[in-house]
Amino acid sequence: MVTALLGKKLGMTRMYDPQGTITPVTVIQAGPCTVLQVKTVQTDGYHALQLGFGTVKSSRQKQPQIGHARKAKSPPKAFVREVRLGAAAEQEVGNTLTVEVFDEIPYLDVIATSKGRGFAGVVKRHGFKGQPASHGVERKHRSPGSIGVDSGSTGRSIKKGKRMAGHMGCVRCTSRNHQVVAIDKENHLIMVKGSVPGPRNGYVVLARAKTKG
Amino acid sequence: MTTKALDQVVANQLKKTVPSFRVGDTVDVHVKIVEGERERVQVFNGTVIARKGRGINESFTVRRIVNNEGVERVFPIHSPNVVDIEVKRSGFTRRSKLYFLRDRVGKATRLREKWVGKAKKTDTSQ
Repeated sequence: MVTALLGKKLGMTRMYDPQGTITPVTVIQAGPCTVLQVKTVQTDGYHALQLGFGTVKSSRQKQPQIGHARKAKSPPKAFVREVRLGAAAEQEVGNTLTVEVFDEIPYLDVIATSKGRGFAGVVKRHGFKGQPASHGVERKHRSPGSIGVDSGSTGRSIKKGKRMAGHMGCVRCTSRNHQVVAIDKENHLIMVKGSVPGPRNGYVVLARAKTKG
Repeated sequence: MTTKALDQVVANQLKKTVPSFRVGDTVDVHVKIVEGERERVQVFNGTVIARKGRGINESFTVRRIVNNEGVERVFPIHSPNVVDIEVKRSGFTRRSKLYFLRDRVGKATRLREKWVGKAKKTDTSQ
């Protein structure tokens, strides 16, 4: 059973249940995905499926991609990812997977590239509290404060891994255990509870939740 | 494009007909309330001082004075718990948010009534 799919985050909205309770949901276009390659223990040492999703403008298509996708009788895909499987998949190259794979699945993990924040300070990046607004603090309200001690003979080094300012975001990020609120098979949409990483129109990988459901 | 898709997703959750009302109107809001097993409808009467959001996120704020204390409630327009909105009076107002009413007490909170005539019937502010 394949319980993963590629998709695109469309944005957030809300849904009412009959009692009037509001659920915040993220709308994700999930599939249809084409199976571009089937990996097995015999050939690759592990079981996996390579899935493709989304279209590429004809002027942007590269020959290697065209050739690879041709085996699946498909145009090249914009977003290609591998999905690991526990056992051999009953799937062939060229098969199409739709949102129906999530029919019986109550919770999903969503993997995506988080929004880039650029060079961020310690308050935003690590949740430091910064310094007080007053009581003599000048021009240092969001600074990290002390980053180490001068211990004389043992040296005055800064510990490795000391949290400091630096590049933040734009990394692969997994958001776990999103409740599946609704599935729209006609339009290949899935609605999951809560916010997921990445910008609107960003590509995401959806998979059955590892720890729940 | 994305917005269009999102609107489509919630299209079936929107109410087919939303009563026409504007900021400044005095309204009766019929709210469904669940008490244990029983379900009943409560009426909240007051002045609409704000209307914000769009689509399924649209909500409005109703202000009234209870026991000399200002009370404001925010209702999501498309919530199934908001059963009905009845316009009792239409007030004349030149702004979209009547937050200045919070600083006023007594007679000063009254709004000039809108002239209700033929123009009202063709009013399609929705």
